[in-house]
Amino acid sequence: MLTSIKNECAIVGIGMTEISKNSGRSELQLAAECVLTAIKDAGLEPKDVDGIAGFTLDHVDEIEVARAVGIPELKFISRMPHGGGQPMGLVQQAVMAISTGVCKTVVGYRAMNGRSGARYSSGVADGAETADKISWGWYTPYGLLTPTGWCAMNTQRYMYEYGATNAGLAEIAVTQRAYANNNPNAIFYGSPITFEDYHNAPYIVEPLRLYDCCIETDGGAAFVVTSAERAKDMPHPPAMIRGAAQGVAFDQEVITSYYRDNITFLPEYDLVAKQCYAQSGLGPDDLDAAIIYDAFTSIVLFQLESFGFCKRGEAHEWVQGGTLGIDGRLPTNTHGGLLSEGYIHGLNGLCEAVRLLRGTSVNQPKKNIENMLVSSGAGMPTSAMIIGKM
Amino acid sequence: MPKALRMRPVIGHDNRPWWDRIDEGELPIQRCCSCGTLRHPPRPMCWKCQSLESEYINASGKGIVYSYVVVHKPAVPGYEYPLAVGLIELEEGTRIVSNIVGINPEDIEIGMPVEVSIDAVDDEMNLPLFRPASR
Amino acid sequence: MPTTIKDKCAIVGIGQTEFSEKSGRSELHLTLECVKSAIEDAGLPFSAVDGLVTYSIDGSDEIAVARGLGSKELTFFSRVPHGSGGGAVSMVQQAVLAITTGMCETVVCYRAFNGASGVQPKSTDVGGPLSTDQIHWGWYNPYGLVGPASVAAMYTQRYLHEYNASDESLAEIAVTMRKHAANNPEAMFYQKPMTKEDYFGSPFIVEPLRQYDSSIATDGGCAFVITSAERAKELRHPPAVIRSVAQGSAYDQEVMTSFYRSSITRFPEYELVAKECYQHSGLCANDIDAASLYDPFTSAVLFQLESFGFCKQGEAHEFVKNGNLGVDGQLPCNTSGGQLSEAHLQGINGVTEAVRLIRGTSVNQPVKNDHVLATSGFGVPASAMILGKC
Repeated sequence: MLTSIKNECAIVGIGMTEISKNSGRSELQLAAECVLTAIKDAGLEPKDVDGIAGFTLDHVDEIEVARAVGIPELKFISRMPHGGGQPMGLVQQAVMAISTGVCKTVVGYRAMNGRSGARYSSGVADGAETADKISWGWYTPYGLLTPTGWCAMNTQRYMYEYGATNAGLAEIAVTQRAYANNNPNAIFYGSPITFEDYHNAPYIVEPLRLYDCCIETDGGAAFVVTSAERAKDMPHPPAMIRGAAQGVAFDQEVITSYYRDNITFLPEYDLVAKQCYAQSGLGPDDLDAAIIYDAFTSIVLFQLESFGFCKRGEAHEWVQGGTLGIDGRLPTNTHGGLLSEGYIHGLNGLCEAVRLLRGTSVNQPKKNIENMLVSSGAGMPTSAMIIGKM
Repeated sequence: MPKALRMRPVIGHDNRPWWDRIDEGELPIQRCCSCGTLRHPPRPMCWKCQSLESEYINASGKGIVYSYVVVHKPAVPGYEYPLAVGLIELEEGTRIVSNIVGINPEDIEIGMPVEVSIDAVDDEMNLPLFRPASR
Repeated sequence: MPTTIKDKCAIVGIGQTEFSEKSGRSELHLTLECVKSAIEDAGLPFSAVDGLVTYSIDGSDEIAVARGLGSKELTFFSRVPHGSGGGAVSMVQQAVLAITTGMCETVVCYRAFNGASGVQPKSTDVGGPLSTDQIHWGWYNPYGLVGPASVAAMYTQRYLHEYNASDESLAEIAVTMRKHAANNPEAMFYQKPMTKEDYFGSPFIVEPLRQYDSSIATDGGCAFVITSAERAKELRHPPAVIRSVAQGSAYDQEVMTSFYRSSITRFPEYELVAKECYQHSGLCANDIDAASLYDPFTSAVLFQLESFGFCKQGEAHEFVKNGNLGVDGQLPCNTSGGQLSEAHLQGINGVTEAVRLIRGTSVNQPVKNDHVLATSGFGVPASAMILGKC
């Protein structure tokens, strides 16, 4: 019979480099540093690792990472497509390989000079005839060149249909900046913003303003997954993986899924939510905190609705009044998120989720965090996971 | 120094017929030869019946603004800012991304009627652009 | 507790386009055609497919395929790296893990490209700015060691030297594969057999490799469908049950140029996947009745025969003589003509032929077909599987 993945595996190690605007070193070095930190954090040696999962768009080959840190052989390697859509897809890969006995311990990583090197905000370029490149050609001649632009289109329609203002977006931006203000590893450590700052900031792509958009940074983040059995003997309390899922929904494009009947929600999030809840046997009421992928403030709204924390069209009101703050119903992105800590394609969020379960976040809520949600990028094939205490 | 131009679409087997018709002054929509389903952007297989045969019809060019954005940053050479980009729902039911021109960006509203004109944006590229309908 | 993947899943459908020097249509078009025919071959509705896997270097992303199929949702997708061969069987592993752990029920794996007529990414410009791949090729390209043949030739030269082997063995492989293709209406070399004189008369590409030691650039695509062994029983064709499937990257692994190991005539990544495959299936080399060995170059077959235990180290050049790879030989090998003479589709056509061997429908069908080995990858992280009957 088929197996269930619930509580079969755990995240037992996390590692990050510093987050900066100019790392001054290669992406391979960043990758090697964070991978080694994660392995050590788990109390393991490189020789204990026999699987690696990474991103297709990482410039660093997994075998280069293996050589650099001294992982002698790998029985499992894979790459996940669609960048920010797949950090939790990496976790799923690890769980699949470990729970079937294909390998024992998997490292997932992402390292990027996202600020000093190639920047996503500079827009997509042309090139060879692939399905992907053909697709960009429907947007670039008109000047819709960046993720901000693509995402703003759904945001505008959401605000129109539900009569939403920027108030909900401002709440998210200001709350997360407050978290970052307290996080020494955040780009925006020690620089909070007010609601006034938010509204005075210039538009990037209307209706999205400067502080609706994440920052671009250099840095690396990695994690180690092993079986729950082995996790018991490791130095830190394990973050048990209760569910991990991927999803592509009908008529999916990469951030430009504009041709569906309704573009005010992202059905791929509904799909991963459904699977994560089914795998874990949990529901939104069981979740005590969340790391919600926040390349832009508005996609946090879409996810809160898809994951069932509030009804469709209500998230822009639900978030107001401190819901996502440290004492709120759902402390969210307590590291500052992609908006204010740094942008390492969601793997920095994964590390923060593990810290919240360990009780070691710089913004640790007073309440017990038993179960939490971690999600991935918006508008593209996406992924999510639910993790909890042993 | 030569004037910067707008980014070019990558043109291949699957979209060349569409861009060729734009150059002929028509706004085409791909139609499945087997079940008649309209689709945009053009693609080789019909999502409904999996036919690989398709043809093009000419759209009336009339539609409404379904959503829109105004781009301020980054200001890429070849475009003028602030730049209004609309998601236009055509009368025939398909949607297309294009620029909304002939109107101040702050006056654009969701739901407003627009119509197409095929304009030469530079010496080498024609694009379908949308402006408020004359009615 | 960890489960095992043995006999959990089966390949139930195969499909392909024609193989040609100029397809005259897009790679996405080719992809959709072979995917469609694979699903039809399985006798499944398009809606049954909820997982898609391809190579990281494939230009037709899974969402473009999903839109063509009209998929309402996908709950699994991934990419396998090291395309030129490493990928084909790795895709099988991805599918098996996902199905076994309940992530999805039915996966289509595909690879289609205009390898002859299209613009192919060069090994020197894969990856992004300052990727490890670019740095890596910089150690070879300035000296004119450019392209896979030059790297393969380096290993081959040393092998011939160490084991005092002659290129007679390479000729034997080339002629045998061509003989298989001559009988295969789908092959690029259908009805075009060659003699050893033809082989020795062909020009050197990179000494010691001649033109006929190299595979043939092709336009085309293949796809195959994997589902649970349970469900496979109810489908149209006898299922090709996956006894085991493994991936491997070994110590000091590079992309193609693993020149720095103490021996470069052994390929520890092949040895690793062989060990894993035999261990997980409970089978050994003697149980294998036929094989699809990845053959971008003739010499790759020698290396695999040794690593997979069909003969001792250094003896494959003797083993291949006397028609041992022919239909009536000791190990019927690449009965469709392989990459050398059917089509170079980066190994995926080796998987579809392995399925035909199990079904008993190869144009060059050996009598005994209980277990078939299929491999992929040469000089890169490798993969292999053993197929059996229900």
